[in-house]
Amino acid sequence: MDLPLSDILSAGHLYALTGAVLVGLGLYAFITQRHPLRQLLAVNVVGAGIFLILGSLGRGPDATDPFPQALVITGIVVAVALTAFGAAMIVRQAETRAAAKPAADDNARGAS
Amino acid sequence: MSPLDLLVAVPLCCMAAALLLGRAARGLILLAAPLMAGLALWLALLPPDAAYLVGQWELPLGILLRADGVARLMILATALVIGAVGLHALVEPPEKPGHAAQAETFWPLVYLLWAGANAGFLTTDLFNLYVTLEMVSLAAVALAAMGSLAAALRYFMIALLGSLAYLLGVALIVARYDTVDVTLLAQLAEPDLATLMALGLMTAGLLIKAALFPMHGWLPPAHAAAPAPASALLSAIAVKLGFVILVRLWFEAFPAITGPAALQVLGGLGAAAVLYGSVQAMRQDRLKALVAYSTVAQVGYLFLAFPLVAGAIDPGDAWAGMTLQAVAHMLAKAAMFLAAGLMLKAAAGERIADLGGLAQAMPLTVTAFGLAAVSLMGLPPSGGFTAKFLLLTAAIEQGAYLYAGVLILGGLLAAVYLFGALAACFAPATTPRTPVTGGLRTAAPLALAGLAIVMGFGGTALVELSAIAAPWAGPALILPEPAP
Amino acid sequence: MTFAFDLILCLMILGTAGIALFVRDALAAIAFFIAFGNLMGLTWLGLDAVNVALAEIAIGAGVTGVLLILARARLLALGDDATCSGTPLWLRLGALAACAGFVVLLAASVLSIPPESGLDRVVAPLMPGLGIENRVTGVLLAFRAYDTLLESFVLLGALVAVWSLAPAGAWPGRPADPGMTDAPMRRVAGTFGQLLLPVALVMAAYLVWAGSDLPGGAFQAGTVLAGGLLVAAMGGTIGLPSSDRPLLRAALVLGPAVFLAIGLAGIAAGGLLVYPEGMAKALIVIIEYTLFLSIGVTLALLVAGPPVPDASHPNPEGKG
Repeated sequence: MDLPLSDILSAGHLYALTGAVLVGLGLYAFITQRHPLRQLLAVNVVGAGIFLILGSLGRGPDATDPFPQALVITGIVVAVALTAFGAAMIVRQAETRAAAKPAADDNARGAS
Repeated sequence: MSPLDLLVAVPLCCMAAALLLGRAARGLILLAAPLMAGLALWLALLPPDAAYLVGQWELPLGILLRADGVARLMILATALVIGAVGLHALVEPPEKPGHAAQAETFWPLVYLLWAGANAGFLTTDLFNLYVTLEMVSLAAVALAAMGSLAAALRYFMIALLGSLAYLLGVALIVARYDTVDVTLLAQLAEPDLATLMALGLMTAGLLIKAALFPMHGWLPPAHAAAPAPASALLSAIAVKLGFVILVRLWFEAFPAITGPAALQVLGGLGAAAVLYGSVQAMRQDRLKALVAYSTVAQVGYLFLAFPLVAGAIDPGDAWAGMTLQAVAHMLAKAAMFLAAGLMLKAAAGERIADLGGLAQAMPLTVTAFGLAAVSLMGLPPSGGFTAKFLLLTAAIEQGAYLYAGVLILGGLLAAVYLFGALAACFAPATTPRTPVTGGLRTAAPLALAGLAIVMGFGGTALVELSAIAAPWAGPALILPEPAP
Repeated sequence: MTFAFDLILCLMILGTAGIALFVRDALAAIAFFIAFGNLMGLTWLGLDAVNVALAEIAIGAGVTGVLLILARARLLALGDDATCSGTPLWLRLGALAACAGFVVLLAASVLSIPPESGLDRVVAPLMPGLGIENRVTGVLLAFRAYDTLLESFVLLGALVAVWSLAPAGAWPGRPADPGMTDAPMRRVAGTFGQLLLPVALVMAAYLVWAGSDLPGGAFQAGTVLAGGLLVAAMGGTIGLPSSDRPLLRAALVLGPAVFLAIGLAGIAAGGLLVYPEGMAKALIVIIEYTLFLSIGVTLALLVAGPPVPDASHPNPEGKG
């Protein structure tokens, strides 16, 4: 089955457009979310959108450019490295806050 | 063998060695500091066309490393700053008391920052620059987290956004031009929508990293709260890579696209940063917050220089002024943070009002702070004076009196807040102060501040050095033939 | 693949991303994020980018997903459920307008660029000189090996950065036990781990080997190894090591260091990362095997987090 849309929009452009919308969605979530963990998730969605733009615009009629593919793999690894550090910082911050709280006033909560 | 690769490889070797050596790794700086300084000097003395392709893979696929004047000066200053800060950190622990993890991880992070900064200054490849930008950001956030985790987390989030904006711009460039090399883009670039969008995104991302007003919000809390050696590295080096990449983009890859209006926007933000940063610095009552806001102001000068470089008939002076401003700030600000760290250790508290009695108790450290202040204010003789004088001349020649006014006013405001801090050191102490001095501890800030002053005597040589392979000087670099 | 399939896939990607970003409950958000990552992997398959598909599913969805789940669990133990919080309406409206405008500009930019595999023509004639078939591996470990070398140090640096967060009194120590608190689950994970670890090792080794000619490579393989190590650790089959163990340090540094050493040895042949004539494939394979081991261990420890004072549990410890 074929849709008329496919005449004006190549698969490469369709995925690149999806990437652009992902970037926008992620950015909106990054701005409107307060929790750092949710912001970190939003950043990863933005990253995935950028990678999709990068890769799909290298999609020629008979081959996909290996150059942007390699850049995407490098980008994915850098992204996970940063996400790991960010997640660790978020948890540490929550831990120090939880540790400071019972010291300040005596109604210790939730912290096991 | 060439310093172009060793300047990156040696700090990476040190980082690996530091992880293997564990707690014994701190001594490594005794070896690394002189070695890197030697390599940086070697780089400065290379012939003007020094460049090579990594792995001998040609453009547009490969990665070109090149030693232009900006790279030579920034790498030399980086070697001096990290060398001195490292030696200082041997005797003056960079960690919070009791944090053994910070004491040990400080060293590999410093080497990561060093390798990333040098790699970034040398490469002409926009994607490679993304990787180096992340090396520097990662190390910088981790160093900032040694002071305040909350400030570091904020820095991290905003830096992440900046990285992604830059990466998105690079992605559009890859798709549009099938290359990410600055020297090739200089020949290929066209002012179409995709290119403009890419340049806008990369610029926005890098301005966040360089902390130009109004994207500076993350900087003062992070830089003020970090331990002094970490603050010195953050203010001196971490914000400079974003600036250098912007220089590469605006003056080398896309000069045909960056219209005068856009340049005036950058210049205007720079001028606003000078004024805003200075006024905020005056309002601080904590010493390190004052020094951190001074960075916001000093970064402003770098961008105030953009329209002056682009508008000059012979951009040599403005270009040198911009580059030397970066170098002078690196030396002076690192000196100032180290000195401030020592002063605060001896002082009654962390406020400027607590500094009383220090001029008598630790005169050499206060001298270091004072010499650094002279350069930051732009008083002669100093590197800061040379830089601001060159910029001022360029501004007056072009009839850009507004920028000239900001250059003069910025110096006056800096004088007000820095003299204020110095004067506090001469106030009588309420209780006797135990000085924190001796050996490398005092020598490091004093040497850095001294260098910032000595820079003022090397004017002509430094101006010539900054002009090596400069984009406005024509194609000095003979490029290998690009693959068909 | 037909256009209809592409279109449905894109809509599903946007749908899962939307839920992952805006659903209230954090665990649901992460679950949809993982689903999103897997759909992205499918997309990369559709784009004939199998190497990226493997990396996206293993790292983008897998490791990142586990990282987020673990972080969320640790936050929950501290009474922080990481739910969406309401932001003021003006902020949401402003952000919506700004983001919508941005997407329109970005979409127009993207549409102005014709999708082409321009550099494939440059890469293809260079491949015979390397002696390997996989062009992406060629770009990663030869033409752009410098990027990859620096990136391997970024990954190592991230672990150092995570370690730097260890609270006072925790150093040198072990990361918090990622183990199942539920006894039957722990037994299941234990048995599974005993089985999975050798399988993961073999599979990963194969992925590296295949990476020369078929899709695969050090990063994808390293992730498989990390997954095996983590499941084994969750079931208690292996204990997570103390951060100062010399053997651990050596394992972490091995890959980047060998890569750097080979790069520096290239100076004798003409410059950094120059592979001497005829030796490219052998050197690439050496780099990939050592790198994969280090990446596996690094990723596993990145997920585990910084050392904690008491090796048994993630306590909210007192600060120093």
